[in-house]
Amino acid sequence: MRSTPVRFGLFAVGAAVVALLPLFVSEFRAFELARVGIYVIALLGLSVLTGYAGQISLGHGAFMAVGAYTTAILTTRYGIRDLWTIPLAGLLTGLVGFLFGFPALRLVGAYLALATFALAVAVPSLAKYGRIEEYTGGGGGLLLNLPATPFGLPLSASDWLYYLCWGLAGLLFVAAWLLVRGRIGRALRAIRENELAAVSSGISLPAFKTFAFGVSAFYGGVAGSLYAITINYVNPDTFPVGLSILLLTGVVVGGLGSLAGVVFGALFIQYLPLYASDLLDWPLSRLGLKIDTSAPGAPAVVYGLILLAVLLLGSSGAAGSLARGTRALTNSLARRP
Amino acid sequence: MQQLAQQIVSGLALGAVYASLALAIVLIHRTTHVINFAQGEMGMFTTFVAWSLITNHGFSYWAAFATTLAIAFAGGILLERVVIRPVESASPLAVIMVTIALFVVLNGLASWIWSAETRNFPSPFPGVVTVWGVSLSRHEVGAIAVSLVVLALLWAFFRFTRLGLAMRAVAIGPEPSRLLGVRVGWMLALGWGFAAVLSAVSGMMVAPIVFLDPTMMQSVLIYAFAAAVLGGIDSPLGAVVGGFALGVGINLLSTYVDFVTPELELPVAFAVLIGVLLFRPSGLFGRAVVRRV
Amino acid sequence: MPALLELRDVEARYGPVQVLHGISIAVEEGQVVAVLGANGAGKTTTLRAVSGTVRRTGDVLFAGRSVGGRGPDGIARLGIAHVPEGRGIFGELSVRDNLRMGAYTQRDRRAFKTDYARVLEHFRWLEERRDQQAGTLSGGEQQMLALARALLSRPRVLLLDEPSLGLAPIVVKEFFRIVATLNAEEGLTVLVVEQNANLALAASERAYVLEVGRVAVQGSSDELRRHESVRRSYLGY
Repeated sequence: MRSTPVRFGLFAVGAAVVALLPLFVSEFRAFELARVGIYVIALLGLSVLTGYAGQISLGHGAFMAVGAYTTAILTTRYGIRDLWTIPLAGLLTGLVGFLFGFPALRLVGAYLALATFALAVAVPSLAKYGRIEEYTGGGGGLLLNLPATPFGLPLSASDWLYYLCWGLAGLLFVAAWLLVRGRIGRALRAIRENELAAVSSGISLPAFKTFAFGVSAFYGGVAGSLYAITINYVNPDTFPVGLSILLLTGVVVGGLGSLAGVVFGALFIQYLPLYASDLLDWPLSRLGLKIDTSAPGAPAVVYGLILLAVLLLGSSGAAGSLARGTRALTNSLARRP
Repeated sequence: MQQLAQQIVSGLALGAVYASLALAIVLIHRTTHVINFAQGEMGMFTTFVAWSLITNHGFSYWAAFATTLAIAFAGGILLERVVIRPVESASPLAVIMVTIALFVVLNGLASWIWSAETRNFPSPFPGVVTVWGVSLSRHEVGAIAVSLVVLALLWAFFRFTRLGLAMRAVAIGPEPSRLLGVRVGWMLALGWGFAAVLSAVSGMMVAPIVFLDPTMMQSVLIYAFAAAVLGGIDSPLGAVVGGFALGVGINLLSTYVDFVTPELELPVAFAVLIGVLLFRPSGLFGRAVVRRV
Repeated sequence: MPALLELRDVEARYGPVQVLHGISIAVEEGQVVAVLGANGAGKTTTLRAVSGTVRRTGDVLFAGRSVGGRGPDGIARLGIAHVPEGRGIFGELSVRDNLRMGAYTQRDRRAFKTDYARVLEHFRWLEERRDQQAGTLSGGEQQMLALARALLSRPRVLLLDEPSLGLAPIVVKEFFRIVATLNAEEGLTVLVVEQNANLALAASERAYVLEVGRVAVQGSSDELRRHESVRRSYLGY
């Protein structure tokens, strides 16, 4: 455990790097990095839920979808300014998550994973539902048509989006950090370690679990909202189940129960798929195989195999914290429902 | 009246698909206490293999069918020994993540090898057949028949063979089984092998209906999970009954209830899943389990 | 002639806790040997060390050859049948299916029929109950079922772990009568772990008394019955 001054120092350095980066990279890169910022926010939420509270969620993408659609509907249908929709999306999604927390109270381990997985698969379908099509734009989705840089700031669109996403990411990172180091974080960790023991210590399981879901959903909603703003478009296929899996992978690879690891996880999610084919080319050419590694699906194979490797070998670095994190989860998950 | 009969048969055909996959899930859960999130993708992948055998290698349908089942069986055993065995004793989260990683790899591999485009998958039962004056899709009837045959064969295996008995014993008590000389690890692998076969059957029966592409089995998986949970996650009979019931139920619901459009079918299955998990976690046929706290 | 079953300097631990501190036990063919001791003395662990259920150091020899690092299934295939504490019955299977599982290691189907008939001579009543779910049997009946099941594997050595636990005296008496018959008529070698010292000494020829994971006293059962400290600590007089 690093001491607080060191952590502050690292955070300050990190913040400086983030603030100055756009000066050194292309517009395209800035746009790409904005996406990383969005992933950081999403992963922070998932980390609180899965890493700290020990609740397995395979449905985080669904929360992002709710946030994204909220922003999309509010801006296109009601003409609300995009920036104000961000907290609204966050709060609404947070409420949805909080409500989901109630039924989730009765689900443990694999069953919760199952329920959230089903949620992730079912939500895109819901978006296509005829009755609400006029709101959601059905299969075609919604085009946001947002103005690029607001308030006449002297920034390019990409840079503006970059600072928006990373600014919020930084803010929410600090918020998450304050959350987990305090009484609430201790309660969540206690729940993760051993639910029964936590309850006997007077921790209200319903209160904290629903709270964890609510917070996690809030973060997901904000991330989703930013996503909609960045891409200017949402449709039911923007948030497939694969995204939920990718997000959970990011948390696992970055290290369960580590907020700083979330940044690593976000970078992993964003860049691995892009460099996967290069990664594959090297061993394949060594073996003399002429296989097209740019085909869709190849990046997924790579990141799936890396995830497998991390899980099966489970020793150092990110994997080590996974091992520590999973050992902690063992207690709460060891009792089969 | 015609329409009702047709819809029931359609529902049963889909139900047969769900029942097979649900049984695969239950089979693995009973023996290894693992919920295999990759069960659907295993079925999808093997269905692609069958497609390839027919289209690229000139196999006849049934030759491809049989070969695919053999490949699925071997593949299932291999996966259990190589990927699941190392994490068998680890935390449930780790095992779940492994099956999810498997999901990702299989899905990606299928897209990579065969591309993501949608394609036709042949049915050995083309056309229409008239039963008691009702014209039914021959494939749907065939799918029900094939699934029932496979389920019956599997039942017979578990009921009458020494190996089948050993697998049942392992599901109940692995330690006492070991003391009786059972190589428990291989029994678990066998379970995965059979589950893979069931998934392959499920995939090959549904492909002619929904067309073959890498995402084909993702919603089928949700229906299968709902069916497995509805029947009782450790009950093979429950999985089969649950699968057929869900298939017919949802089909009739979307046909006769305006409110329920095809897009709402999956959310309905999700509602069933959540509903059962919350209000009757042991399902229809399972043993009641008490969760304290 | 070497002992049929032998433990040499066996140590065993559960995680950080060491339970056996170097046990040496010898069981001659055709003998009934008892292992006595208080709770926690390491009796059950001793049997587990033999059947490979717990990790051990030291050697376990069967018919003069070391069993090496074999796991429980390998040990069972050698012909050592372990009836565990709690009996290990497959509750959801029928009585008949439980018995069929006993013969798992036996390949010969026809031999099963004759074995089955032979074993059931001692447990006539099991035949009537063959379709009953094993979990619905009483404790005593389950113990008998476990014994019958073990016998169907044609063991050369039978390991019995606290068979009297939780059973009515009359049932226990019947159980040991059957064991004695099997030993007398078929030469079945038995290593029995028992907390009920009186019972165990009456049923066996030799006995070992364990204390805190070590052999404290050993000798013929007659000797032990007269032994001062054994009488005081375990026999109650």
